Amino acid sequence: MKGLISKSLGLHLGLIALLLLLHFILPDYHHVSLARIMVLAVYALGFNLLFGYTGLLSLGHALFFAAGLYGAGLSMQFFQWTAGPGFVFGLFCAIAVATLIGMLALRTVGVSFMIVTMMFAQVGYLLILYYNEYTRGDEGFVILRELRMLGPLDLSAEGTRYLVALALLAAAILIKLALVRSPTGRILVAIRENEERTRMLGYDPFRYKLMAMVISGGFAGAAGAAYGILFGYVGASFASIQYSILPLLYVLMGGAGVVLGPLLGTIAMFYLIDIASGLTSAYLFFVGLALVLLILVAPKGVLGTIRDRWVPWLP
Amino acid sequence: MLTVTDIDCFYGDVQVLRQFSLSAASGEILCLLGRNGAGKTTALKAIMGLVPPRSGSVVVDDVDLTKLPAHAAPKYGLGYVPQGRRLFSELTVAENIEIGLMATGQGKPTRDRVLDLFPVLRERLSQVSGKLSGGEQQMLAMARALCTEPNVLLMDEPTEGLQPSMIAKIREVVVALKQTGVAVVLVEQRVDAVLPVADHVAFIENGMNRETVPVQQLRDDPSLLHRYVGI
Repeated sequence: MKGLISKSLGLHLGLIALLLLLHFILPDYHHVSLARIMVLAVYALGFNLLFGYTGLLSLGHALFFAAGLYGAGLSMQFFQWTAGPGFVFGLFCAIAVATLIGMLALRTVGVSFMIVTMMFAQVGYLLILYYNEYTRGDEGFVILRELRMLGPLDLSAEGTRYLVALALLAAAILIKLALVRSPTGRILVAIRENEERTRMLGYDPFRYKLMAMVISGGFAGAAGAAYGILFGYVGASFASIQYSILPLLYVLMGGAGVVLGPLLGTIAMFYLIDIASGLTSAYLFFVGLALVLLILVAPKGVLGTIRDRWVPWLP
Repeated sequence: MLTVTDIDCFYGDVQVLRQFSLSAASGEILCLLGRNGAGKTTALKAIMGLVPPRSGSVVVDDVDLTKLPAHAAPKYGLGYVPQGRRLFSELTVAENIEIGLMATGQGKPTRDRVLDLFPVLRERLSQVSGKLSGGEQQMLAMARALCTEPNVLLMDEPTEGLQPSMIAKIREVVVALKQTGVAVVLVEQRVDAVLPVADHVAFIENGMNRETVPVQQLRDDPSLLHRYVGI
């Protein structure tokens, strides 16, 4: 058991080290892209906790991402806060929203849960558009460069941005790894496998599902706040349904219920869209095609299939 | 000790248990028999709180569980082995057992005692439970329930689909539990598999407990079996 833990920890630390190494060798374009990917991967890691480990498919996660994004952006804009307090406030907003939505939406199951979460996210999206006096609606707003400071660090600088994104991703991966290897993580999987049986053993599934929702929302909020701070833009499109679907695609591609699945899925999907959109405006066709192929060849996602066939210890 | 008194249960508007009562003392094996659809599984679910009774009471060791949420039942000594095993199939044997232990805060002594009852599981600890044989899965389902240290164990058709050697093993464990003072309520279709170990038999028909008799009475007069179970 100890061997397995050190093996999986070694793998994850090795990957983080590889991403650090890439900081020194990647060309500019991919350097910026990878920083963006790492932040989006944090979002997908959180989504995976709820979907891949707990078995809850939320179609409203953009609301938590946007809560973090707007919580950070608006507080920095209106109170002239710098990045640190802005990030903490964004995270707090996302956790508060996830707790509230979780308490309501988790009273439903299955398709109803999907619809209810999507409905709440749409409400959030429409509220952003409605209060455009503050949010600047669809157009969004730019966070002032002088506020995007973390102590002496200028987060708008490319190198710093990459390293901060990497630090956030590393923290997210290690927290997620610790959580899924913990007894609580196993209870979440047990709920996914058989909620009624878990209840019969003496666990309150609602409590655990709410916890998963809050942590997942926290990851999404951290990613949203970091996205706004690192890339300097806050806009309503991040609260749209598209941003609720994206983490699902990332997770399906990389492997649900595998810690590194969302990171791999985010990289693959990001570059697929990037390359395909350079070729045609119908780039979503390629996304659809990739998903069809994935379902045919590796229905559990790339890492999920690799785990099933060759690496059973992959957490 | 388990005492169920006059519970009424419904699926929507359809009443499935009517004034259903039974009791099982510590160290007693009570077998619940009846035809398909008579309400046997529902009776166990009602006792566990999965199908909450609209009236009546379920009492375990002087604690009334009727109004408590279903997940509270194991903390008061109720264990349940459902029909069809229902393991956490993607978790290993060790993880399934760990989840059972954590539920009521049990530790290594319980784990060792349970694994001593099912030595084959000790050899399969790192195996994914979904890949166990049917008999091993049934043993794991029982082991997981026993990890909560129940005073009353409800078992729904534990011998379903198992070969004779496995049935004998399960019977052996049930007898061992009885000797430690656990009350066992056993729902079964295979009368021959359970009568040798049962103390009492309760016959359920149309959601009602028609009769509870000592097993010796059945041996002397098998007509009750014919009347309620059709054999």
